Amino acid sequence: MTRGKITAIISNLITIEVDGPVGQNEICYILHDEVRLMSEVIKVRGKSAYAQVFESTRGIRVGDKVEFTGEMLEITLGPGLLSKNYDGLQNNLDDLENIFLQRGIYAPAIDPEKIYEFTPMANKGDLVRGGDWLGVVKENWIEHKIMVPFKVHDLVKLVWIAEKGEYKVKDIIAKVENEDKEVIGISMMQKWPVKVPVTNYKNKPRPFKLLQTGVRAMDTLNPMTEGGTGFIPGPFGAGKTVLQHAISKNADADLIVLTACGERANEVVEIFTEFPELVDLRTGRKLQERTTIVCNTSNMPVAAREASVYVGMTIAEYYRSMGLKVLLLADSTSRWAQALREMSNRMEELPGPDAFPMDLSAIIANFYSRAGYVELFNGKTGSVTFIGTVSPAGGNLKEPVTESTQKVARCFYALAQKRADAKRYPAIEPLDSYSKYLEYEEFSKFADENIEKRWVDTVSKAKDILRKGIETYEQINILGDDAVPIEYHVRLWKSELIDAIILQQDAFDEIDQNTPVERQQYMLKKVLEICDMDFEFEDFEEVSTFFKQLINHFKQMNYTGFHSEEFKKYEEEIGNIIQQTAV
Amino acid sequence: MKHTRAFQKIYTRLSEITKATCTLTAHNVGYEEMAIVDGRPAQVVKINGSKITLQIFPGTEGIATNSEVIFLGKPPVLKVSEDLTGRFFNAYGEPIDNGPEIEGEEVAIGGPSLNPVRRKQPSELIATGIAGIDLNNTIVTGQKIPFFADPNQPYNEVMAEVALRADANKIILGGMGLSNDDYLFFKNKFTHAGALDKIISFINRTDNPPVERLLVPDMACTAAEYFAYHKHEKVLVLLTDMTLYADALAIVSNKMDQIPSKDSMPGSLYSDLAKIYEKAAQFPDGGSITIIAVTTLNEGDITHAIPDNTGYITEGQLFLRRDTDIGKVIIDPFRSLSRLKQIVQGKKTREDHPQVMNAGVRLYADAMNARTKRENGFDLSEYDERCLKYALDYSRKLLAIDVNIGTDEMLDTAWGLFRKYFKAHEVGIKESLIKKYWSGDLQKEEELDFIESEADFE
Repeated sequence: MTRGKITAIISNLITIEVDGPVGQNEICYILHDEVRLMSEVIKVRGKSAYAQVFESTRGIRVGDKVEFTGEMLEITLGPGLLSKNYDGLQNNLDDLENIFLQRGIYAPAIDPEKIYEFTPMANKGDLVRGGDWLGVVKENWIEHKIMVPFKVHDLVKLVWIAEKGEYKVKDIIAKVENEDKEVIGISMMQKWPVKVPVTNYKNKPRPFKLLQTGVRAMDTLNPMTEGGTGFIPGPFGAGKTVLQHAISKNADADLIVLTACGERANEVVEIFTEFPELVDLRTGRKLQERTTIVCNTSNMPVAAREASVYVGMTIAEYYRSMGLKVLLLADSTSRWAQALREMSNRMEELPGPDAFPMDLSAIIANFYSRAGYVELFNGKTGSVTFIGTVSPAGGNLKEPVTESTQKVARCFYALAQKRADAKRYPAIEPLDSYSKYLEYEEFSKFADENIEKRWVDTVSKAKDILRKGIETYEQINILGDDAVPIEYHVRLWKSELIDAIILQQDAFDEIDQNTPVERQQYMLKKVLEICDMDFEFEDFEEVSTFFKQLINHFKQMNYTGFHSEEFKKYEEEIGNIIQQTAV
Repeated sequence: MKHTRAFQKIYTRLSEITKATCTLTAHNVGYEEMAIVDGRPAQVVKINGSKITLQIFPGTEGIATNSEVIFLGKPPVLKVSEDLTGRFFNAYGEPIDNGPEIEGEEVAIGGPSLNPVRRKQPSELIATGIAGIDLNNTIVTGQKIPFFADPNQPYNEVMAEVALRADANKIILGGMGLSNDDYLFFKNKFTHAGALDKIISFINRTDNPPVERLLVPDMACTAAEYFAYHKHEKVLVLLTDMTLYADALAIVSNKMDQIPSKDSMPGSLYSDLAKIYEKAAQFPDGGSITIIAVTTLNEGDITHAIPDNTGYITEGQLFLRRDTDIGKVIIDPFRSLSRLKQIVQGKKTREDHPQVMNAGVRLYADAMNARTKRENGFDLSEYDERCLKYALDYSRKLLAIDVNIGTDEMLDTAWGLFRKYFKAHEVGIKESLIKKYWSGDLQKEEELDFIESEADFE
């Protein structure tokens, strides 16, 4: 193996003089005072390798020895990843005993000694390739497929497979023979370099299936799809994190990978405290059972922050290959971009806009493209849906991270300070936000069949009413309440009705926090019926009184069980109110 | 500093001197190691082969190419023990109060971060008596929250007041670029309050070199960790002014030819600030570190890189604003936010707390709208008039920073104001709470009937 000696140190960037071949992104270890500090090569020039250190570099000296591994940053994949809390390098945080994170101390991601009941799915003699399913074990309640390692690119022959029974994760459960007649043993665990996408699937069609999040401002107005991509930019205090938490609690996904990337530790602690308690409404199981957390909080070493998003993505891709619906959330991708900026800066690269590296948009595009809905070789499908938050400096969306993300993400959920200030939560601005999937024919067809005929048209009608409402609001503000015709007030209040009933949602109410799509369809139809009606009013104050009354009743509906007695009672009262006023 | 030891190698050939750094050739030097250059403390910030770059904390004025350089073989350290209590130190942790040297264990400052899974969720209320905080933006132990204030606002006074009223075992003051007057203010305030026995101060004054400031937060947090983690105490850390700290970061990064990002700040500003603020924590065995900081703004501009990055790191912010209607400084109820308030409101405090808080602020917002209406020359409704009167009272009795009452009393005061200016259905509070708190004796029968017939409570 190649070895080297440190020749320069500046913050977490070191230069190493190497004695042999060295690869870009190769992992090396600094040997310093009994500890081994993990680093990654990010540039090579002649005999000098530049590496970012994933730990504090305090006390490191010129001349300290470095050992290279010949491998890129790899993580371990296998049963036992679920419900774990990892750091950005996939160390199991619960296994690190010290209360403070000591550098150079690493904890394995999964326990190789743990025993699982293995049931074979493939047969001796089968021709298999990377990603093909060999057998299955139960991990929590998930059917965890044991696959041919992704690194096996060619078709190989399965020459032996273990019988149904209990095996340790590290045990050999199958043997394959390659073209050169070499026999390779396969255990339940495998390694994969995080920066390389897992591509063991047949094809990746355009996403078309709605991914329910239970958040009306998303599902109804700007839907996310299985395998889709989206991002949530917003100034601090606009509710990015609350929204991400709401999505992670209610989304209709088989499992969730949460990447806390350079964010507050107390927010992660909130997840650690709540998720073991909260129940997934669809399965009745604890949320923690379907969640894996990768966290690099803002005070943890900055280089590992970049790694954390890739670790999260690789875990998500691994489960996708089992035919599962995976939702990956990253909060926040801006911190990741800042980590790239810090390194680029130290390497004295010529800066791009706002001192970010020139290739920032390429890096972001590459990452988002790893999400997707895929058809596996066995005909099954799986998906990785990715939603990232962006924390734009000063809340200004004209900055490189937001702009680069906007180019690649298909959904945009803009959080507006104005809505947050007015306590209109979630603060998703309905008109600035968009979902490109609404324009997909495939989605349109899916919605026709699964939600309602011409659903997409219905949604754009609701958006038009909102748009008109905003225009009217401005006119009324300029001219004064009295100076505009009464229809203006009616127009405004129709849009207020949609805003209050469809857009606004109480994330802390047991019922309102999660609205299934049938209910969303029902409510939208109900609200639009009213928007289609003509009313007669004496003056503008009558308009607001009438609509306030309506909104109040609709709100009560939102707070009660779908089609429950109470729900019907409010519905009836709404009918009465309307009959009195409608023309 | 008196660190010279007989066997240490002395270097005397500096190859480069800038306003904040110097470079020399030396061997076997560790990264972030401390050194003494011509008697001045310095720290290794860059190593390139045998070329070592040092940042010299007191500045480089008068440093010559033949100045003496000694390496100390260790990062900056603080001696920690109970002896720290009641003492005043400079940025290097040396006494400035003519008291004796501290005996204790030497701990490297800026130590490793806490394993997030070992943290506990903050859950204990910190009562300050200021309703703008306790009622509207409740603070809890383990939280980190700054005051965002313009330089002419009395942020240090408010912070000292908060610190003295809070039920903390230790108060650690980290003063960065503190004017001599403010330093004396803190000193007198703490002495007169008889609180010196729980106060520890690390002070960098305006007459001290700016680069020294970089050590102050780490010194304060290291002392805090000693008391919170090892002694299981409730520690409150006060950092003022973090804007001046960030300015010092910018100076060093500039002298080291780093490419600046937004507002001439170093690209690592977010990580640099987070490393300090994330020291705030609730430890599993009872101890806690709570950080209250000050970030001064330029004419209320929160989009500047320093407040902006701070806002993304801290758990909310407290805005000070002068209310010209009542002639007092208030805690702005709109722009202030404590992200952890819902952990304690209505759980550790009275059940009506969250609703009363929201109602109070919402009605104040109605008053502000009415004011805009009046300024634009529109007619005011009778409701608008009442809102405006309410706003004056609300501001005076609850938002002003000179308020000092218990949380229950704040809630009662709020109910009193609601009653005085509004009808029960106008405040938008849950029916069950109205019945309980909308004072029984003043209640007329028909009014109660009216409440019950009114269905629109959210």
